[in-house]
Amino acid sequence: MAIDDYQIDSGEEKTYTIFAFTENKVGLLNRITIVFTRRHINIESITVSESEVQNVYRYTIIVKTTYAQVEKLVKQIAKQVDVLRASFYPEEETIFQEIAMYKIPMSSMINGSQVEQIVRDSYARILTVDPQYIIIEKTGHIEETRELFEKLSPFGILQFVRSGRVAITKHMKDLSTYLREQEEAYL
Amino acid sequence: MNAAVAEITEKEEQAITETRMVTGAQGLLLALLEEGVDTIFGYPGGAIMPIYDALYDFKDQLNHYLVRHEQGGAHAAQGYARITGKPGVCFATSGPGATNLITGIADAQIDSTPLVCITGQVFSHLLGTDAFQETDVLGVTMPVTKWNIQVTRAEDIPDAVAKAFYIATSGRPGPVLVDITKDAQNATFEYSYKKCKRISSYYPVPKLNEKAIAEAAELINNAQKPYVLWGQGVILSHAQEDLKAFIEKAGIPAAWTIMGLAGLPTDHPLNVGMLGMHGNYGPNLLTNECDVMIAIGMRFDDRVTGDLKRYARQAKIIHIEIDPAEINKNVRVDVAVNADAKAALQALLPLINENKHEAWLQKFNECAQIEYTKVMAPEIAPTTGKVKMAEVIHQVSELSEGKAVIVTDVGQHQMTAMRYYRFKDMRRSNITSGGLGTMGFCLPAAMGAKVGAPDRQVIAVIGDGGFQMTLQELGCIFQYQIGVKVLILNNNFLGMVRQWQQLFHQKRYSFTEMVNPDFVGIAKAYGISGNKVTERDNLQEAIQTMLDHQGPYVLEVVVEKEDNVFPMVPAGDSVANIRLS
Ligand SMILES: Cc1ncc(C[n+]2csc(CCOP(=O)(O)OP(=O)(O)O)c2C)c(N)n1
Repeated sequence: MAIDDYQIDSGEEKTYTIFAFTENKVGLLNRITIVFTRRHINIESITVSESEVQNVYRYTIIVKTTYAQVEKLVKQIAKQVDVLRASFYPEEETIFQEIAMYKIPMSSMINGSQVEQIVRDSYARILTVDPQYIIIEKTGHIEETRELFEKLSPFGILQFVRSGRVAITKHMKDLSTYLREQEEAYL
Repeated sequence: MNAAVAEITEKEEQAITETRMVTGAQGLLLALLEEGVDTIFGYPGGAIMPIYDALYDFKDQLNHYLVRHEQGGAHAAQGYARITGKPGVCFATSGPGATNLITGIADAQIDSTPLVCITGQVFSHLLGTDAFQETDVLGVTMPVTKWNIQVTRAEDIPDAVAKAFYIATSGRPGPVLVDITKDAQNATFEYSYKKCKRISSYYPVPKLNEKAIAEAAELINNAQKPYVLWGQGVILSHAQEDLKAFIEKAGIPAAWTIMGLAGLPTDHPLNVGMLGMHGNYGPNLLTNECDVMIAIGMRFDDRVTGDLKRYARQAKIIHIEIDPAEINKNVRVDVAVNADAKAALQALLPLINENKHEAWLQKFNECAQIEYTKVMAPEIAPTTGKVKMAEVIHQVSELSEGKAVIVTDVGQHQMTAMRYYRFKDMRRSNITSGGLGTMGFCLPAAMGAKVGAPDRQVIAVIGDGGFQMTLQELGCIFQYQIGVKVLILNNNFLGMVRQWQQLFHQKRYSFTEMVNPDFVGIAKAYGISGNKVTERDNLQEAIQTMLDHQGPYVLEVVVEKEDNVFPMVPAGDSVANIRLS
């Protein structure tokens, strides 16, 4: 478990990324979220997808809490029968992104190329162009997608959506190594 | 693959039973037989009828006890599991049947009791339609089970059962639930069975960490005031003898949680008594004096620790615990031994020095003397006034020679039974609802315990309040002539709550006084013999009559109405502030 790798901190709240690698079982999402609700801890975001290993699913869960609390949460998640491995990392140990989409009226494009300029300057891209609207997509940290939101606001944002965080750890150990080590620690 | 592994695999392959065509319901029962089940507590209903129909043909091999309420079924299965060490099995129908199991399941979860609950479910095409008697049993039981599964195809039943038994009994045991739709019970399939020995995502038993063991041994060898706290983990891992050898070699005083009670004979010189809110004086007080604390198979429940900020701050703590999620959960430990209690104790034994900590042990003895004079002596041998709970338990203890299985409910009588019954039998002898504190637990749990250990004397010690929560199980006890002895300690109050009202709510006895029915008359109506005692002079004879009686028996003892259990650590206070009066 990653918890041994870090110094125990002073009880201040920080953003942690919890990873859980699991089997694909009905109800498991529920079991995992119960771990948080029971302790009255809010999940900032949660993303579930396939992982690099076939049939293994990866949960990426973002919480703002203390070290001591996240340590307990992860142990409770790891304890669920269908969870292969659970770990947690402070923000600086991960590379992460979110994706945002913005729908703005076509009319805002008609008077000049200002929107296009904003899109280009923000490293965003236009996904769809329709006679009535255009859809812009941007990936980045929350501050970046928020900034684009503010820049586009004057043109009228019809719809906006931002995904939960997806994250990858900086260290080099792969899942199968972890799983092997974990298995070796048990009879 | 080496030869040995190949051989095992071959044997395992052969272990798969012959295939044959059966219904899902028959397949379930065959699977239970395969797991060594011979006893089931249950209650039928529409959604589980195919299973009950199949059971009719298995009457010779599977003893089914028709309980009078599913809660009774779950508690009976718990009692059975706690006494035998085998998983308790119960059946219930969908909807209300399944939801009635919840209290027992939650109780089993927090007290690590292996249970396999089988519930019927509506037809799979009706799932999610709010069909008659449909409840999202999976969702409802998720927070209180170790694992649960819904099966909608007959051919998936054997594997689900195999996994259920493996998960319920391995590592830290717990309750599991298998919900089976009616169509899956009815469908036919080609049956074969393979026991589950491993699940890739589940690691029940950690390997012993030699480094942690060595560190623990060093701390123990250098300790001046070492102190052992043990819990049910010792009993679950059959480590009673190992605990004894360990503390005897190192000369360490040892105290128990109520779930660990009877892991060591009460009169063992190193057994210093009970921890926690109504525990003994020395074990609580000296918690804040020991220099090395060795916690074995216990989880630092708040009823044991009181205020964590003032709990054993001076001590180095070693925690031997099979469930990694319990380590550092409530108390930060210095040495974590994530292991089965027996394995850890056996590894520690050769590494620890022979020792005697006489001055330290003497401190416990002095505290015990103070507690005896101030609290216990007047409790067990009063000469005037109404009968006291403690003297009843004391008499039961003497007359049954400390060899009975004591099953308790929740309240003052529970704490009194634990404080005053002197256990001599190191087999599983103490059954109580520790973690959930479930009133109504005792009668059905005692019934299940007696079914599991018919040759032992099983005594249910219950308050008047708790008895009335599940007294309908007298019906089951009567029908199958299950020879439990039911001892009702009647104070005409919800005693434990009244005690708190007296001490912390200015004697405002808000809805705790009870006008009770004629308990012996109720027993009689169920065809069960009984007796009622109000006078001290008749007590001993009445208890002897109860113990000698063949078959079930109800003894009601009318006790002091406003008696209190002391010592007491007020909730949230430091264990060192234990009050003697
Ligand atoms: C199901 C349930 N409801 C309520 C409680 C709260 N409670 C704890 S002890 C107690 C009083 C028990 O009274 P009684 O059974 O008469 O036993 P006594 O304390 O008098 O020995 C109550 C109400 C509980 N533990 N369980």
